[in-house]
Formats: sequence, C-alpha cells, structure tokens
Amino acid sequence: MKPLVQIQNVGMSFETKKGRFVALRDINLQINEGEVVSLIGHSGCGKSTLLNLIAGLTLPTDGALICNGREIAGPGPERAVVFQNHSLLPWLTCFDNVYLGVERVFGQKEGKDKLRARTQAAIEMVHMGHAATKYPGEISGGMKQRIGIARAFAMEPKILLMDEPFGALDALTRAALQDELIGVMQKTGATVVMVTHDVDEAVLLSDRVVMLTNGPAATIGEILDVRLDKPRDRLTLATDAEYTRCRAAIIEFLYQKQVRKAA
Amino acid sequence: MSAASLSLKADDSETGAPLLPASPASPAKPTESHMTSAAPVVASKPAPKNLAEPLGRAMRIILPPVLGFALLLGIWAIVAMTTKGIPGPLAVWQAAASLFADPFYSNGPNDQGIGWNILSSLKRVGIGFGFAAAVGIPLGFLIGRFRFLNAALDPIISLLRPVSPLAWLPIGLLVFKRADPAATWTIFICSIWPMILNTAQGVQRVPQDYMNVARVLNLSEWKILTKILFPSVLPYMLTGIRLSIGTAWLVIVAAEMLTGGVGIGFWVWDEWNNLKVEHIIIAIFVIGLVGLLLEQALLLIARKFSHDSNS
Repeated sequence: MKPLVQIQNVGMSFETKKGRFVALRDINLQINEGEVVSLIGHSGCGKSTLLNLIAGLTLPTDGALICNGREIAGPGPERAVVFQNHSLLPWLTCFDNVYLGVERVFGQKEGKDKLRARTQAAIEMVHMGHAATKYPGEISGGMKQRIGIARAFAMEPKILLMDEPFGALDALTRAALQDELIGVMQKTGATVVMVTHDVDEAVLLSDRVVMLTNGPAATIGEILDVRLDKPRDRLTLATDAEYTRCRAAIIEFLYQKQVRKAA
Repeated sequence: MSAASLSLKADDSETGAPLLPASPASPAKPTESHMTSAAPVVASKPAPKNLAEPLGRAMRIILPPVLGFALLLGIWAIVAMTTKGIPGPLAVWQAAASLFADPFYSNGPNDQGIGWNILSSLKRVGIGFGFAAAVGIPLGFLIGRFRFLNAALDPIISLLRPVSPLAWLPIGLLVFKRADPAATWTIFICSIWPMILNTAQGVQRVPQDYMNVARVLNLSEWKILTKILFPSVLPYMLTGIRLSIGTAWLVIVAAEMLTGGVGIGFWVWDEWNNLKVEHIIIAIFVIGLVGLLLEQALLLIARKFSHDSNS
C-alpha cells in the first residue's frame, strides 16, 4: 500500500484575545491509498480542524502535511470535501451543483457531452437520478447529502474528506446513507478520511479508527485497526466478535480514558 | 425537526416501502357510504353556510381597508367643509374625471396632460436610478469583497448618506448648466447609497460554506462571481434597488418643484400657483399610487429571485 497523505508533527494553534490557543499538537499519521480512516473524539477535540488541515482550508502552524508527494498549500479538487451541512448552492439544480465540480476538474480535457455523462453517472450512483433537475430546497436532508457525496465522488478525488457527513440526519436516514456510502466506496476503491462522533459508524465504515484525546492540545491517543472483511453488512456485524471488540475499544477510549469534562 | 421528519418520509417513498399505509380500507368504506347517503339531506342545509364561510373571510380582508378609506374621506369632507379653500372629495373626484379624460394633451411645455407629467418624472427617476445602479452595484461588490476599500470608503459614505439629495441640486445645476439633468443628478445621488450599502452587505454575508465550496472546487474568480457571489447577493441587491426607487420617487417631486419643466413635482407647484387645490390633492393620490406600484413590482421580482438558503 502506498502512502497517500503524510501528516508530520503537525500542530495547530489559534491566536485569540486570551492568548495562544493550542488546538492540536504532535499529530503524526499516514493514510494509505484505498484506506478508509475515521477520526473520532469528543466534540471540541479538533477532529474537524485536522480534517480542514488535510483539505487545505486551513494551514498548520507547525509541521507539514504532504499529499501525493507534495506539501498541502491550499484546498483543491484532488481532496474533495463532503461538508456536514451539504453546502449545495441553492440556486443551482442538483445536476448543476455536481456539474460545477465536474466541469472544473475535467472541463479542459473533455467535451460537454462527456462532462454531462460523468455528472449523470455520479448522481445515479447515489440513486438520485430522479431528482437531478430539482433544486436543493425541494429535496430532503438525506437526499441533499447524497448529492453532496455525488459532487465529491464525481471529481474523482485522490482522497475524499468527510466532515461528519451524516451528523445532521436522523438515525434511519443515516443508516441508509452509510449503506449507500459502503456501496460507493466498494465500487470506486476511494481513499476516505471521515470525521465522526458515532462509534458504530466508525467501525462499520473504516479500516482504521484514529482516536483523538480531549482538547485543548489534542493529539492522537490510539489507532484501532478494524479487521473486518468488506463489503460489510450491518445485520451480520451486529453479532460479530471483531465488531464487538472494536466497538468496545473505542467506547473504552472515549468514556474511560478520555472522560469528557462536564461542559 | 421538520427537516428530519421530511427526510424520513422522502427516503421511505424512495425505497418504495409504504411505512404509513393510508388508513385501513375497511373503516374508510362505511364513512364513505354514510357520506353519500346523507348527501342529499346535508347538501341542502350547509350550502349557505359553505358560501358564507369564504364570504366572511373576504369580508374580514376587505372590510378594514374599506372602513379606513371611508374614515379618511369622512375626515377630509369635514375638513373641507370647515376650512376655506380646501375642496371636498366630490369636487376632487369631478376634477379628476375631467383631468383623466385627456391625460396626454400637450399645449406647449408649460401645459401638458397629467400623463405626460407622470411619464417624464418616471423617465428622470429611471435614468438617475439606472446610472446609480451602474455605479453603485459594482462599487458595492468591490467594497464587500475588499476590506481595504471598505475601510477607505465607509467614512465617506457615512458622511454623505445623511445629506438630503436636494442639497446636491445646485452642484448639478452648476455642472450640467440645465435643470433637467440636475434633477436626474439628485435622483442619482439619493439612489446610489442604498444600492452600494445593500450590495456590499450581501457580499459580506455570503455564507462561508459557499466560499469553502468555491475553494475546494478551486473555482476561477469569474465562476465565483457568476455562480456563487452574484446569486447569493441578488436578494440583497434587490432590497437596495427597492429602497432606492422608493427614495427616488420621494425626491423627484421635491427636485422638480425646484427645477421646473415637465414632471409631476413641477405640476404640483404649477397648480399651486394656479390655486387649483383639487389638482394638488389628485397629484398626492397619483404620486402615492405610482410609488405603491413601483414598490409592489419590485417586491414581486424580489420574491421570484429569493431562494431559501437555509433549507
């Protein structure tokens, strides 16, 4: 397996009125091609900050991040982001939202027909073909996030970054979208980094679960390897010994080793 | 909450699983037959009630404004009876009837129909407002996008904005040497502030999420402008336009009183000199009506372009 993203001694601090606030310190992590990695931790531990660093939306104050042999100096379509609140542009149809990204990435090499075909394929991959001409305001939250995922996958990024992609959805819709994502990841073999606070989601979807200690000055506490065959099925996993072991390990980390101080 | 329940329903329909079957078929039938059997009896009785229902609602909507206008007319009639020189509603109505019988006559520059006066006022407002939009909207975009420009121009705008546009009229007369462009110039001045400020505010309030999308997709400045900034700012811009038109219509009457020529403001002043008070009252209603129509038209456009970005 080839390392795709290397995070070397990365630290992130912010200047605030009360002085320097250290959000992250000494983060070392390597993400291999085709791997699905979850970042989990209590809220405020800086997991989204770490994802934004990989995305290039913010730059680290210490250390360096390298993607595909190059230092990450800013955001780009090779590192597509699925935002928690989907961030679809409300004045564009679902199709046009996806097309915007496709056009940016492939527009110089390919003709309009090819671009449209790519867009349509991505929308159909998340089973939203029937809603391509609808506006985001006309579809449900779960459907919007499907389009958000389609937009990211359509750009064929080297790595897909997801910031609590299903956090705003109800439990049933979330499960449906997780299954959808399992299918899409299986088809594309995508490299994914996902922020989550859902233990089951982390185990169900990832190859490795990176657990962050509590902030401020959070860092990687433990890394758990999930040795479950893919594709995974939530029904059979419910009684699987490895699944139970992984789940227990994360819960132990979160609720025993890193007890969250009363907010 | 509602969004979550909505998404749940939608996803169910998507998978084709009827989670909520419509009420079971068997209990539905008896009520239906009961309805049909009772229909001839029931239909005759509640018919007037069914008719009275929408009628009552219409009355609730129509009655208050009608009463309001009646009150206005009443007070006006009393004032007209007790005050010498102020014509009553009936006299004004008769004057209006003869005035609007031929709104587009023209007996030289100082005696034209009310239609021409309204149109030439609207033309001045249109030209002044058009120039203001052409300058104000791009300027608003720049101020909203670049913090330096904002810091540089904000004090100037804050200083000049409270000035009555009529104070600029002499400057207009001096520069343009003629009354007509000077009046247009005051419209330009009063229209430009809301346009700049609202556009700038719209640009500053573009949700960070959308800008993050632009950054991740690495969109060009042109794409950012056309696909993200412009659609996002459009509702703010339309608010600016609406406020501008409203003020412009207020100001044009005053400006034309000072500059003369053809126009509704000048017409009001002319009729005052002729002591045709009923015409002045007609003008007040006409100015109000035109202002109302302008406002409503722009509200209609704004509603068309508004998009619920929070959904």
